[in-house]
Amino acid sequence: MSEVKKIATRESYGNALVEMGAKYDNLVVLDADLAAATKTGTFKKVYPERHIDCGIAECNMVGIAAGLATTGKIPFVSSFAMFAAGRAFEQVRNSVGYPKLNVKIGATHAGISVGEDGATHQCNEDIALMRTIPGMVVINPSDDVEAKAAVAAAIEHDGPVYLRFGRLAVPVINDNPDYKFELGKGVLLKEGKDVTIVATGLCVCEAVEAAKKLAEDGIDAEVINIHTIKPLDEDLIVASAKKTGKVVTVEEHSVIGGLGSAVCDALCAKAPTPVLKVGIQDVFGESGAAVKLIHKYGLDAEGIYEKVKSFV
Amino acid sequence: MDKLELQKTANEVRKGIVTAVHSAKAGHPGGSLSAADIFTYLYFEEMNIDPKDPKKPDRDRFVLSKGHTAPGLYSVLAQRGYFPVEDLKTLRQLGSYLQGHPDMKHIPGVDMSSGSLGQGVSAAVGMALSAKLSNEDYRVYTLLGDGEIEEGQVWEAAMFAGHRKLDNLVVIVDNNNLQIDGAISDVCSPYPIDEKFKAFNFHVINVDAHDFDALKAAFDEARATKGMPTAIIAKSTKGKGVSFMENNVSWHGTAPNDEQYAVAMADLEKVGEALCQK
Repeated sequence: MSEVKKIATRESYGNALVEMGAKYDNLVVLDADLAAATKTGTFKKVYPERHIDCGIAECNMVGIAAGLATTGKIPFVSSFAMFAAGRAFEQVRNSVGYPKLNVKIGATHAGISVGEDGATHQCNEDIALMRTIPGMVVINPSDDVEAKAAVAAAIEHDGPVYLRFGRLAVPVINDNPDYKFELGKGVLLKEGKDVTIVATGLCVCEAVEAAKKLAEDGIDAEVINIHTIKPLDEDLIVASAKKTGKVVTVEEHSVIGGLGSAVCDALCAKAPTPVLKVGIQDVFGESGAAVKLIHKYGLDAEGIYEKVKSFV
Repeated sequence: MDKLELQKTANEVRKGIVTAVHSAKAGHPGGSLSAADIFTYLYFEEMNIDPKDPKKPDRDRFVLSKGHTAPGLYSVLAQRGYFPVEDLKTLRQLGSYLQGHPDMKHIPGVDMSSGSLGQGVSAAVGMALSAKLSNEDYRVYTLLGDGEIEEGQVWEAAMFAGHRKLDNLVVIVDNNNLQIDGAISDVCSPYPIDEKFKAFNFHVINVDAHDFDALKAAFDEARATKGMPTAIIAKSTKGKGVSFMENNVSWHGTAPNDEQYAVAMADLEKVGEALCQK
């Protein structure tokens, strides 16, 4: 994998904002003193008049975005996932979700791959929080290509969207001419018959690698990339589950309320299937290098391979 | 509209409040009544609005940050012609568009959904910022409760508005001195309110919330103030206009029964008759 290009999706986010800023003059970007980290600083360099630094006050930032949206602006609010989805949850619910305002939340530094900052900043609960809000779209892109496409799709969608980006540079896996991002549609990356691996975010690349190792052991895994957790592509997941009879979900998020829960919600209603949820197992994270944390918490190819193997 | 007409209209707004809350058997009459004159002045005198075109792009905006006083807002909107006064009786009832707290998706004339305290003011700041960003000259008004300003988000919003010099924004604090658990000065005092807003780089005006001459002077002064947002601290009487509700915290969020409703309406009829004698 050494020659594979790696880009953090937060970088993709900053770059996409610049691209979209040229296309939409009503696009404005709000940050809460983290422009260098969230990469909205990239947008600020090009469009300083449309970059609003709200200071360290995320709840107010979300409310300001709501007000901007009522007047026809397309605001992107950015902070770390912990603060955008966590601290400002009620503002997102009541000031954005309830009136269904056209606010896009670009949350970076999601999951344990935040790394050294440790548990206070490693948000493993944001997907769970955001997907409970009626009408909220939740997107967790897997790489640079998908992240940029997700930003464009979020703008096309009229209504609130939560976009989840990472700090860690991850391999570019969707860099092919056939790639097409469709909101709410999963991507079948590999067909298989023994087990379905449903992954999201940076775990998609790891799941693909795990499937290769499983193949060496004679296990034919189907791999699905779910970039849109809400609305979930239930048809794709149900069809795959019916085919393989076993499902493993993989996410850099708590196993409570995230992708795994969303998949179980769909399957228990339409095709009851045994599901193994790979993710953060109801614990807080800790400080450490991102790659080491991903390994420790079993979210790399090796961890996924072992879990799937013991499950099949 | 002259002062007498404003007084008469405010009295009708108060009747609508009492009627709506009585009909709903729930709701917040105290803070609706304390703000009735402010609502009336804004919707009948101050703001550039058109009830026939509630979403006209260049309209002035109003955000009821103290969203629980929705009966006051709904009553003034009905009086102004956004929807039938008769509909006030459906307040809070299943199937009614008049939700317990303001709902911009379904109520004509409501510019922002609100109700969770401290949040409306941020949205108002966002609207005022939007006008500045695109060089539009509409103005934005937001009404806060004096208990509401105990929320930290209010001061985040105030810091931002002051920093950005949003002189198209007017923050009004309905200072009736009572919150659910008692006097604001006893519960967790936000006083001095005027000095706090000054410290956040606001132009501050103290005013009697029930004196239309004073309200006119205050809003005119706000309009003339450039380079900073204005905060109008409006000293009011909770429950104003209904004898047994005045300055009585138990009417913060309680509906009158039939007997109490009759007394309340008689109080207001008396005020109305007196105004007609003028």
